[in-house]
Order: sequence, then C-alpha cells, then structure tokens
Amino acid sequence: MSEEQIPRRTPLYDTHARYGGRFVPFAGWEMPVRYDSIIREAEAVRTNAGLFDVSHMGRVEFEGAGAASLLDSVLSVNVQGMRTGRAHYNVICDQNGGIIDDCIVYRLGDQKFLLIPNASNTDMVLEWIESHRPSHQETSITNVTADIAMIACQGPKARDMVASLAESDISRIRPFRARTATVNGVETFLARTGYTGEDGFEIMAPSESAPAMWESLMELGAAACGLGARDVLRLEAGLLLHGNDMDTSVNPYEAALDRFVDPDREGYVAGEALRAIRDEGVSRKIAAFEMTERGIARAGYSIMDGENRIGSVTSGGPSPTLDTNIGLGYVPIAYSEPGTRIGVEIRGRPVEAEIRTLPFYRRSRSA
Amino acid sequence: MNPEDLKYSEEHEWLRMEGDTAVIGITHFAQDSLGDVVFVELPEVGSDVEQFEKMGEIESVKAVSDLYCPVGGRVVEVNDSLNDSPELVNDSPYEEGWMIKVEVSDGSEIDRLMSASEYGALVEAES
Repeated sequence: MSEEQIPRRTPLYDTHARYGGRFVPFAGWEMPVRYDSIIREAEAVRTNAGLFDVSHMGRVEFEGAGAASLLDSVLSVNVQGMRTGRAHYNVICDQNGGIIDDCIVYRLGDQKFLLIPNASNTDMVLEWIESHRPSHQETSITNVTADIAMIACQGPKARDMVASLAESDISRIRPFRARTATVNGVETFLARTGYTGEDGFEIMAPSESAPAMWESLMELGAAACGLGARDVLRLEAGLLLHGNDMDTSVNPYEAALDRFVDPDREGYVAGEALRAIRDEGVSRKIAAFEMTERGIARAGYSIMDGENRIGSVTSGGPSPTLDTNIGLGYVPIAYSEPGTRIGVEIRGRPVEAEIRTLPFYRRSRSA
Repeated sequence: MNPEDLKYSEEHEWLRMEGDTAVIGITHFAQDSLGDVVFVELPEVGSDVEQFEKMGEIESVKAVSDLYCPVGGRVVEVNDSLNDSPELVNDSPYEEGWMIKVEVSDGSEIDRLMSASEYGALVEAES
C-alpha cells in the first residue's frame, strides 16, 4: 500500500519561496509553515489581513441530475434543500457515525456542487462517495484540485482588500455565500468563508493566475501566513481540525457538531447510526480548556483528574491573541462543564487547567 | 553572526566563560530554526548538569525541543526573566536571552566545544 510520495507543490510554491516561506511536508504537499514569525502572522490576521495558500485542499465538482441526491446521501446536512450560492459546513460520516472528514459544500447551480475536503482525506472521501453512487443516476465527479488555486484572505481588512481588486461589489456576498466574480482581472469563484474566526474570502482562481493575485493582495498590505498561524487561529476560534480533533473514532455529537448534522433525512447513509447516538446520548464530549498554571498542552498529552487519566489533548498550544495557553480534548460528560478543573500531564507532571466555553476567541462584529 | 568569543556545541548551545562560571544560551541559528519561543523550562539553581546531557526544554508555537548543556557543573543562576518573556531568546539570543550560569567542574570539557568559525561551518552544512 505505502508508496514513496514526492510531495506536491501548489501554484504558489515559488511565491512562498521568494518571500522566505519555510516549507514542511503536510498531507503529501510541501507547504509553508511560516514566513517569519507565527505570532506576528496570527496578529496580522486578527488586526489587519493575512493570506493563506490553501490550494492543497481538495476541490471536487459534482454535476448532473443525481448530484444533489448523491451528496444528500453522504453529507451530514440537507443538500437537496440548499439554494444556489450557499455554502454549508458539514461532516462525512461512516456507517457507525465516525467522522471520515469535515468539509464545505457549495451549491454552484441546480445540478452542480463543489466540495472542499481536507487535503489528506480527499482520496478517502472520493472513495466513500463513489461507493455510494447509485448506478442509475448520472453524476460526474471531477477532482479539479490541480487546476484551481485557492487563496484565503482573512482579517478585518480582508473584505476591503478583495473588494478593491474586484470589478463588481463583492462586499455584498454575505458569510457562507459564494459566487463568481472578476478579481485582479481573472474570473474567480469567491466565497465568504474561512478557517480563522475572522471575516474574509476564499478565492478560487485558475492556477496560473494565483501568483499575481497573491502579490496584489500583499501590495494592499495583507501578510503572507503559513500553516502555523492558520493552526493557532483556528484553535482560538474553536474550529476543529480533522486528524487531530476528530476522526472515524469520534462521532459528530461527541465533537459538538450537532448543529451541522441532520440525521433524519431519507437515504442518508449514516442516518441510522447517528439517530441512535443522538437518542442515546454520548458519554464523552470535546471540551475547550485553558491552562491556569504555567505550561503548554500539546496533542497527545493526558487529561487528568488527580491520578486518573480521563482523556487526552487533541490540539493545544499558545494563544497569542488571548495571551494564554489553550487546548481541546475529549473528556467524560461529567467534566465538560465550563469551570471544571482538570489537569494536563506535561512531561510527567500534572499542570492545572480549567474547562472553558467554545470558542476561545470571537471577533467583534461591529466593524 | 556567531560571536567570536563564545564556544559552541553541536546541539546549537553557546557558552561564554566569566571566570570559572559559564554563561549558557542557544544560538541565533537555533532560535531562528525554532521560531517564536513561547516557553522555556530550565534546571533549578543548585542542581547539577552534565556536559551534553539534557538540561531542560524549549517550546516554540509548534513544537517542544530538548535543551542540552554544553558543559557540566553546578547551576548558580537561572535567567528568570525568560518565564515572562521567553521571546528574549529570539530577540537577543547572546545577551538578554541567556539561560543559565554554571560553575564549571572540569575546565577541560570546554576543549570539546567548537569555535565560532567551526560552528559557522556546521550551521552552513545544516542549513
């Protein structure tokens, strides 16, 4: 099964290299983890705007008379009822309700959809969907990941920056809406979505146009940001990362994703399992915590109640925005109430922490 | 880049002799490779450290790394300002970002460290 893989490069690889990007292998891709300082990059996104190359994420188009019902049968949300131009966050669950991936689905037209799975899960997601494709319905499934670059411009100034490069009034695209727009002289698919807890856009554009798009946004003052800042920002915003905070051993109720799951639809492949889990209730749940003593929790560390191990950290690190150390992990329901004191075992020593409400950080929407 | 008057270890620590006491920190190359330093855990004053043995941990935003001591002896002083301001390691690795002072037990251990030019060649090879 295992084959030696040459890491893939996005259309922006040379641009990253020119601006001093430090590359790391990530999900089969060579991606910049940072340019200079992760903390300064994260700060730029919270106070101004930052740019992320997210071209490594999957982009798969579904088209045809059976597209809506096919996606409706595998995604956790009602796809048939979506209106064109809408985007929905959802999870893809297996027969047991385990989370294969989380992704965004866009309705591009009556019979056309775009799905954005995580880079490392794209093949698995496609296999899963293929295995549920009914033979009698026409749906073409096209992986367009390599043809299209994706740039996320995020931060309080992101909207104005993208708007100043657009030919139409794109500031009217509301959150979780998307449409085509000419930006920096090229036709793009422009979505008011992101993964940082800030306002902003995700710009999907032909690969060859991506370097110029990136440069234009940098000229407007957006900071080039790497995967490191992206991870800091999404954790502060309480957004889960598949592979860390969820996988097939976890169901969406444990992951506190209830509001993105509609298990009662006819023909939904995970419906039966998810209804049973929902009706029975879960015994553990994802919890946000803040370190109340000096120490940084990291993925894999044990969560303790005194001498007893009650769970493990799935994501953890410093929060530069809140100037504290934060994390996520699964704990028994009895420990999930905000204010509950727990311990995190760091290098063999218990360090005090306290359960908090998600998200840690919420942007002010006055602007 | 690497001060001439210091001695260097392969693990990217530096050492400066002040009488019988060695001042110890990590190099510019080390802090640059780590990125933003957010946490430093150092041995306590009065504890003994051994040459090239682990003496503590240093954490960046993304990762935890071990710190090794370039010389053996007794810890006589620890830079407590790194508790609140670990970024000093990034901003001033050879001055304000120093980590511990060690009363050296065997001066000949210093001979096993590198000069600035030797260390420069090592860094060249690693980067």
